[in-house]
Amino acid sequence: MIRLERRSAPSPAGMVLIPLTAIFLALLTGAVFLYINGLGSPKGISWGQVLAVYTGMLDGAFGSGYGLSETIVKAIPLMLCGLGVSIAFRMQLWNIGAEGQFYMGAFAAAWVALSFPDLPACVMLPAMVLTGMLCGGLWGLIPAVPRAYLGVNETITTLMLNYVAILWVNYLVFGPWKDPQGMNFPLSKPFTPAAVLPTLGNSRVHLGLAFALVLAVALWIALRQSRWGYEVTVIGESPRAARYAGMNITKNILLVMFFSGAIAGLAGMAEVSAIAQRMQQGLSPGYGYTAIIVAWLAKLNPFAILLVSFLLGALQVGGYSVQSSGVPAAIVFMIQGALLFFVLGGEFFNRYKIVCTGKTKMEV
Amino acid sequence: MTADFLVEMKQITKRFPGVLANDRVDLQVKRGEILALLGENGSGKSTLMSILSGLYRPDAGEIYVEGRKVTFKSPREAIDAGIGMVHQHFKQVDTFSVAENIILGSKEAKFLLKAGKVEKEIEELSRGYGLQVDPTAKIWQLSIAERQRVEIVKMLYRGSKLLILDEPTAVLTPQEARELFQVIRQMTARGQSIILITHKLNEVMEVADRVTVLRSGVAVATRERQQVNQRELARLMMGQDIIVPSKKNPGQFGQEVLKLESATADSDSRRPGLKDISLTVRQGEILGIAGIAGNGRRELAEVIAGLRPLSKGKILIGGKDVTNLSPLEIIEEGVSYIPEDRLGSGLVPNLGAVDNLILKEYRRPGLGRGPFINRRKAGEFAARLIQDVGVKVTGLEVPVKKLSGGNLQRLLLARELASSPKVIVAVYPVRGLDIAASEAVHKMLLEQRSKGAAIVLISEDLEELLKLSDHIGVLYKGRLMGILPVEEAEPEKIGLMMLGAQPGEVMAS
Ligand SMILES: Nc1ncnc2c1ncn2[C@@H]1O[C@H](COP(=O)(O)OP(=O)(O)OP(=O)(O)O)[C@@H](O)[C@H]1O
Ligand SMILES: [Mg+2]
Repeated sequence: MIRLERRSAPSPAGMVLIPLTAIFLALLTGAVFLYINGLGSPKGISWGQVLAVYTGMLDGAFGSGYGLSETIVKAIPLMLCGLGVSIAFRMQLWNIGAEGQFYMGAFAAAWVALSFPDLPACVMLPAMVLTGMLCGGLWGLIPAVPRAYLGVNETITTLMLNYVAILWVNYLVFGPWKDPQGMNFPLSKPFTPAAVLPTLGNSRVHLGLAFALVLAVALWIALRQSRWGYEVTVIGESPRAARYAGMNITKNILLVMFFSGAIAGLAGMAEVSAIAQRMQQGLSPGYGYTAIIVAWLAKLNPFAILLVSFLLGALQVGGYSVQSSGVPAAIVFMIQGALLFFVLGGEFFNRYKIVCTGKTKMEV
Repeated sequence: MTADFLVEMKQITKRFPGVLANDRVDLQVKRGEILALLGENGSGKSTLMSILSGLYRPDAGEIYVEGRKVTFKSPREAIDAGIGMVHQHFKQVDTFSVAENIILGSKEAKFLLKAGKVEKEIEELSRGYGLQVDPTAKIWQLSIAERQRVEIVKMLYRGSKLLILDEPTAVLTPQEARELFQVIRQMTARGQSIILITHKLNEVMEVADRVTVLRSGVAVATRERQQVNQRELARLMMGQDIIVPSKKNPGQFGQEVLKLESATADSDSRRPGLKDISLTVRQGEILGIAGIAGNGRRELAEVIAGLRPLSKGKILIGGKDVTNLSPLEIIEEGVSYIPEDRLGSGLVPNLGAVDNLILKEYRRPGLGRGPFINRRKAGEFAARLIQDVGVKVTGLEVPVKKLSGGNLQRLLLARELASSPKVIVAVYPVRGLDIAASEAVHKMLLEQRSKGAAIVLISEDLEELLKLSDHIGVLYKGRLMGILPVEEAEPEKIGLMMLGAQPGEVMAS
């Protein structure tokens, strides 16, 4: 007989073992999927070939200077969006609208770049950062208002606003903003060079990385050392105690959702400015959603968010690099999903242990 | 002979980081008896019983049920062996019905609930034991006493032969406690065994057949009730004689501090709220508020603390109109509030002692500069308060929900009294505290009184009110029936007023 037993305290070994096991199991799930899928070959493939896909992915993500820089490029929006949603999650606000806030940030930045093409870079870029953050922040604020004053659940409203934001950007690039020289593609005119964030050497790694690093440090300090971080923690843990202690919950909901959206908006600004260099349809392959996975895997710790973003960025780049050999694009999302599944499952084993009735005991 | 006992615990030891909660404890329970488990706050009563009910596992020691050795790996296994526990802070699903809560997590809760059948069984069971509960009522509609009955019925429904009640009277009014005792006596007549955890000597004398006394995790004695008296029990429990109760010196009243003028407020549910309350409390005065639960006691406290808006009337503090100011502004006016539910609103259960102690202090410049909190200073501040009131904590960062009930209350009081408040609202401040701790709390309140605080003391314990108050007001259906100087407040008179009589009528009769 096997049964579960509650642990009196989470085991320290579990803290390390569980993420590692989760990664292993997620990769294993992906491997089984690849094996069954057979990469389109009628005879199917061997396990050796599955392994070759993985080594190919590793090589694509880390094997060259180019691969590594692309990994970082993918990681930047994940880092920023992940940091953004993590503040909201800390206060138990389920902001799953980072995707929309990302798009609105990109939209506002693009508007500045397209409307005032003659600005010099030293004015242009700060203006794009500010409007991008402001617009992303406001997009986060919209669902925060009914939540703060009427208690309307923010999960649904933030999600719905993602669609609104995406459709709005689509409308612009298919309509008023469409580039006359763009051969009818859903793209805006390209930005002037002054509206493009500086990059590191001749790679595509851009200043957005610095934004993410600075923000992670700032958030870490703010949450541990500031009065505001303390309020956010108390409100997240017990709204009643927070009210009793005189904390302004309404104000904090608005503030936190604004910041959360503003940081996702910054991610959108960086992406549109440095990578796309124009507004376009499908600017984000779902960064705002992957950021939710990032925040959870990182347990809301700002530095862990940087690390996890890097790993998931690598997964995406590795995934692209092996697509030419017939590996379906969906494998990346599948492994991401499996990872979240196994980490959440692993949490369970951190709190419970499996006990085989009889004398043996299996500590996970 | 082992088989004489329904349950026997032998040499049970349990260590938590930093404390030895149980030290080689022996305990036996006979069939059909009420065994009291007596001990001060933090003496390890809840821990010992959590071991017996399968929630914790002992580091050493053995448990026998009907002579057979058992090891419980979960509360489920303990219940299967006939041992059920009603915890100090039990958890129920508010939006579920009584019947749903009772079968939740039991073996019967398979896929489909045969609601009708279960409800009928529950009703029969509860009627049999004289425990009135309506199986179809939703939990949120019930009072604390009713919820406790639900918890008891739940254990009976699951076939418990030994029912462990962890400080059940801590949340009950004296009348409700008396009813509960009647019920458990009936239960023993039907063969149930009961372990009653308590730190109240009179409860031991009132219902127990035998009593086992714990002191600092050690079982110091087991006695037949007939062969002990309160004095001896007190000595066993505390290692010293009954403490001389603190004496109140005659009042030195200063200026009016707190004034309510026709204060009127709504309540959350069907209850009456507050109607037209007018009262004043001066510096150095304690106004006791008596009243049966549900007659506006909690609402009154919340109104003064700024947590419940007034629909009519005024509140003045030191002559300044503070009506419907925010809770923060009220705190800044110097109002401290010791609420009824400590873990629910007074403290943050998952945070440590430091974070809980700075809950009101974190804004003040003493703990940091600009937008930052100085963690080192916060730690020192917390350590000082902890030392002042003698809270036993295993670590400053250990979540406070792991503290014993008494230590929780001390922690809360330490924080609320630290700021030298002008006004103190204390709701059941000694509920769940042992004699020594209650005395300490009373002393703290009297000290604040001599320092010139205006204190509103809300309590269901008439003795406590008579001992501490300068004036006593009685609430009935949200109205203040009158305020009497304590010298004129005879218990019978107060009792009648609690049932709705005007003070004038009482005197006439
Ligand atoms: N889960 C835990 N982790 C760490 N320490 C604990 C835990 N549970 C209890 N303790 C500590 O063990 C000691 C005994 O606690 P216990 O709750 O058993 O006391 P108690 O006799 O029930 O007190 P009270 O009358 O206040 O409820 C206390 O010092 C308490 O702080
Ligand atoms: Mg206890």
